[in-house]
Amino acid sequence: MKIGLFIPCFIDAFFPEVGIATLQLLERFKLDVVYPRDQTCCGQPMANSGYDAEASGAEALFVRNFEGFDYIVGPSGSCVHHIRHFFTALDQTEAVRDVRARTYELVEFLHDILKVDAFPWARFPHKVGLHNSCGTLRGLRHARASELREPHFSKPEQLLSKVEGLQFVAASRPDECCGFGGLFSIYNESVSAKMGSDKVHDFARASADYIVSADSSCLMHQRGCAERGNVPIKFIHIAQILNGAAA
Amino acid sequence: MSERTPDDGPEGIEAQPRGARQRGSKPIDQAEAARRFLAAPRHQQQHDARLWTLRQRRDEQMWAMPEWEELRQLGSDIKEHTLSRLDHYLEMFEAKAKANGVVVHWARDAAEHNKIVQQLLEQHGATTLIKSKSMLTEECGLRADLAKAGIDVVETDLGERIQQLDDEDPSHVVVPAVHKLRTDVAKVFAATIGSDPDNDDPPYLAEAQRNAARPVILSAGAGMTGANFLVAETGAVVVCTNEGNADLCANIPALHIVSAGIEKIIPRMGDLAVFVRMLSRSALGSPITQYTSHFRGPRPGAEMHVVLVDNGRSERLGMAEFWTSLKCIRCGACMNTCPVYRRSGGLSYGATYSGPIGLIIDPTFNARKYSNLPYSSTLNGSCSNVCPVKINIHEQIYAWRKVLVREHETPFVKRAAMRAAGAVLARPTVYRAAIEKTNDALTSLPRFVIYNGMNEWGKGREMPRPPAETFHQWFIRTRGDKP
Repeated sequence: MKIGLFIPCFIDAFFPEVGIATLQLLERFKLDVVYPRDQTCCGQPMANSGYDAEASGAEALFVRNFEGFDYIVGPSGSCVHHIRHFFTALDQTEAVRDVRARTYELVEFLHDILKVDAFPWARFPHKVGLHNSCGTLRGLRHARASELREPHFSKPEQLLSKVEGLQFVAASRPDECCGFGGLFSIYNESVSAKMGSDKVHDFARASADYIVSADSSCLMHQRGCAERGNVPIKFIHIAQILNGAAA
Repeated sequence: MSERTPDDGPEGIEAQPRGARQRGSKPIDQAEAARRFLAAPRHQQQHDARLWTLRQRRDEQMWAMPEWEELRQLGSDIKEHTLSRLDHYLEMFEAKAKANGVVVHWARDAAEHNKIVQQLLEQHGATTLIKSKSMLTEECGLRADLAKAGIDVVETDLGERIQQLDDEDPSHVVVPAVHKLRTDVAKVFAATIGSDPDNDDPPYLAEAQRNAARPVILSAGAGMTGANFLVAETGAVVVCTNEGNADLCANIPALHIVSAGIEKIIPRMGDLAVFVRMLSRSALGSPITQYTSHFRGPRPGAEMHVVLVDNGRSERLGMAEFWTSLKCIRCGACMNTCPVYRRSGGLSYGATYSGPIGLIIDPTFNARKYSNLPYSSTLNGSCSNVCPVKINIHEQIYAWRKVLVREHETPFVKRAAMRAAGAVLARPTVYRAAIEKTNDALTSLPRFVIYNGMNEWGKGREMPRPPAETFHQWFIRTRGDKP
């Protein structure tokens, strides 16, 4: 199975350890993982602000980089959600549609495609609060959203439950948005920071040692809020825990 | 945040934050008004807690109803069916209502609506109009127009009356004064109806308002209600309330005027059951409103008029991406769940309709004035999930951004930044040079992604620390020979 490794721009620049964990984790399953060198960004920052024409170059480059793989896998729910649901700045040729359909976020790839049921190398003896980003929760449907009347399910929870020693704690508002929202974090800075602060305090009240997420963008924002507010809580990407990060 | 601000009163009472600044048709700055709301932490915290409680009660009602998701789909289907045959059902309603002895008027826009109402009042020699809550009359600016004609309009619902006496718009479609503390209400009532300024006990305040309003209600020349639903097959006007003032407005004066948007129509009485089951559960988390009143015709010796108002609705019906916003039954569930709304206050939107539904309706009234509103969202999607008629609100917010960028003015600096970012991200070598030309990726990366936005980021958050090397550099260093 030939996998194209999608490392979003901000993970490349700010969270190389998340990209490394994703690559190593996929390789543990004996997959042929290729890192296309020329990748930059999926186009989301521009498209999300309404600027489709300005997003089209990045989107076209993404398609060129990731044509011909069985799956394209990336550790960012938000970017994958953009690619699968809103990647419309380009003409929807067969190549574009094919790349979009083959693009998976890491958790759903492990859960739905590889159907992984054990991470024998992983041990994480900590209290963990799971933060599902809105793109993964309501867009990619990683888990039941609290607004919907349907049976409980959670793909990230199912994967993390296989990690030895890991203990879940629940926030009182389990899936309230943390307020990152891409450029919302800049244009609506005060509301964004307040949402992030409320979110990390909610997890802290639940005695979480760590907030774990499939989205580094939410974690970057929440960490900034926690540090500013002196909330003693740590942040880690789910790829790192599943790959056996010690702490 | 908790220290006193210069606006605080002598006892340290936190001053009520006011809404968005209005500057004609210039774009509303929701973020600026939200910042002031957040600077009043007692107001913001109470606002957030009250609305989150409503959301939780709504969830309890949802779990008590196994058929919840089925009802949402049914509600959506009925509304879409009706909207796609709106002319047919409106004419059916008109014919039935006329047969019931109701006079039906058609208003193309707000000005026509207000003129029709004014003429009716003048014909009946009414100088005081009592009314129960109606978002449509807010949309039409009815009170201000009637005031110019010398007609005194008195809101009878508590929240709406508080807002009228404070000369503020409603901040929420169901709980119009939810952004106020009880001390704010005590202050407003003391200044306007002469209640004890030091008594902010809610039952006392409600009683004071009732005592002040009852004589006006009993002597008013005309009464007005809105409509939650218009039933085409019977010509009935259905109004759902908790205080019962709509019944007073409809039944005491000899003239009852109903103001209703044309999208309020539903085909049959049987359809009504779906919406009555969903409305209050979604809005307040109560199974049903205290009163569900069906007005089918005038009382003996009285007149009943229905004004059917378009005011941009048929134009919206023709918008391929936005017409389903007309399904809205004004329950406010999207506001209650919206994390941005709960932290901003409804008046920060500077429009009749606030919160998520406002973001997608307001630009249809004035695309320039409300051009910033679709950006006051994280696109988290909770609004779409709670909507009892399944409006894809967050997708329409996203779609509005595209329309506004394509067809309307956007700030030059923002467009220039987006163009620059798009150009860099489309060229791998330029991109690499940009993030790796210095050891400090932070200095360059955010500049082209979010221009100089890091100043904003740093106000309430710490900056991310740039790593020693990017993922790309690590990969080349450790596996450079791999294909």
